[in-house]
Amino acid sequence: MNVAVCMKRTPDTTAKIQIASDQTSLVEEGINWIINPYDEFAIEEGLRVVEKHGGEVTLICLGPAEAEKTIREGLAMGAHKAIRLDAAQVPADPRVTARALAEVLKEGNYDLILFGKQAIDDDHAQVASLVATELNLPCVNVVVKLELDPENGRGTAEREIEGGHERVSFPLPAIISAQRGLNEPRYRSLKGIMAAKKKPIEVKTASLEDSQLAVLKYAYPPAKKPGRIVGEGKEAVPELVRLLREEAKVL
Amino acid sequence: MATCLVVSEIRDNQLKNVNWEAFTAARQLAEQLGLTPAAVLLGSGVEGLAEAPARYGMERTYVVDDARLANYSGDCYAAAVAEVARQTEAQVVLMAATAMGKDLLPRVAYRLGTTTAQDVIQFRVENGEVIFTRPMFAGKVWAEVKVTGSPVVATLRPKMFAPEEKAVAGQVEKLSVELPEPLAVVEEVKASGGGKLDVTEADIVVSGGRGLKGPENWHLIEELAELLGAATGASRAVVDAGWRPHGEQVGQTGKTVAPTLYIAIGISGAIQHQAGMSSSKYIVAINKDPDAPIFKIADYGIVGDLFEVVPALIEEIKKLKQQD
Repeated sequence: MNVAVCMKRTPDTTAKIQIASDQTSLVEEGINWIINPYDEFAIEEGLRVVEKHGGEVTLICLGPAEAEKTIREGLAMGAHKAIRLDAAQVPADPRVTARALAEVLKEGNYDLILFGKQAIDDDHAQVASLVATELNLPCVNVVVKLELDPENGRGTAEREIEGGHERVSFPLPAIISAQRGLNEPRYRSLKGIMAAKKKPIEVKTASLEDSQLAVLKYAYPPAKKPGRIVGEGKEAVPELVRLLREEAKVL
Repeated sequence: MATCLVVSEIRDNQLKNVNWEAFTAARQLAEQLGLTPAAVLLGSGVEGLAEAPARYGMERTYVVDDARLANYSGDCYAAAVAEVARQTEAQVVLMAATAMGKDLLPRVAYRLGTTTAQDVIQFRVENGEVIFTRPMFAGKVWAEVKVTGSPVVATLRPKMFAPEEKAVAGQVEKLSVELPEPLAVVEEVKASGGGKLDVTEADIVVSGGRGLKGPENWHLIEELAELLGAATGASRAVVDAGWRPHGEQVGQTGKTVAPTLYIAIGISGAIQHQAGMSSSKYIVAINKDPDAPIFKIADYGIVGDLFEVVPALIEEIKKLKQQD
């Protein structure tokens, strides 16, 4: 199995996001970058697939040279090599990102292309679907269970929907986006970290088209009114219920 | 006749409640843009549902009825919606940002040569253009965006747009479109644990965290939830510990919810948890640590031992129900 995993570097989940004074960009200084958490599930799944069926995992990441540090973390997990699509910034329009990725992916002859179900920075949750549409490949999103039968060129995935799951069957090659629950990503071992230093990262120019999604302005969400303590212990319960009933009118 | 087109979500041959929100938003947007508000229904044997959209102001309802549309198929649904959008000269295409909506509309947009503003929570019209607000970084930042391609495509986060009935005399039209051979096929739709309400769809959510000390105490959460007709949610710590399934996790790497009432029990409320629930209308927090961050955003907090407070709350609500 020739597996590609498209990954992105994102600020860590505890990062405080600061809006720049121009209000149309974000401050990158001081940010601790990580592999997008959902992409870690994708990398882990890719590694498990090649451990079972043989083959290689190639990481593909669109981003600036600084993203190579994060790419090495993916290589340290066990991915074999990487391609960085050079772009000073990740486009605001997911369509532009998808088209750039599709161009590289179609050259790679992959049997399986994995994504995280969304990046935790721009939360677009659609690049996998767009790449699949461009490449005319089956795509299952938000997958929590994946079973492959490479001999028969088929796979089955379970994807999360409201109140349940859909079980989806598809031919290979296919595109899958990973949801939490698909697996438990492995820790990077010291040996893996050392090996990653020698693994190749090929750099290609990203061909970026014009954006069709304009970001006009960033703003912080309106501040919630400060919290209020009703009381202490179970003695406060009648007052809480009264407030929920009479003030909030939710009971 | 250019349309503002809403793709309806049908599951089990029922229009889901989230459609009423999308229809209402589409009607308001169509009014401001001078478009015809229209709904499209896709499925097998769904003609009987075609009268409902007019109750929410949809002047046209297009029905694509085909056995191959019985279950959701990203491939077939996207081809069908793109074709309906072309035939009805859609200027705007909307759908609720559900699992189906978030999967489907980007595929439709791609086929139409445009792009999707995903999971928007507000919109306004300025100089004839639609400006959407969509949260990024799980809500830490809001972005105002504009789709410059045509049509404008967006998915609407559930519970952010209040539904409003406004009956019109709607026209129903059957359309036939050519469907492709699907690449991926949904073979089964499995409901989880007795068809429990999903945490993203509920008006009330009762969530539990590490303060519950162990899965053996989860019955407190379930009892309160059942009494309130609520869905149950969980913090990441509880999911990581294996007490609860991933589908219940609320937060940055879980689900984003915006119920009318969110009750956080034994949850400290780290920033990642807040990202998934801070747009709830009312937040109740029960925690023994007075410095827990959850109290900073709770409309009503009780500092105390949840093993005393929650049973008392259950009793108090039972009393209330008996009076009613």
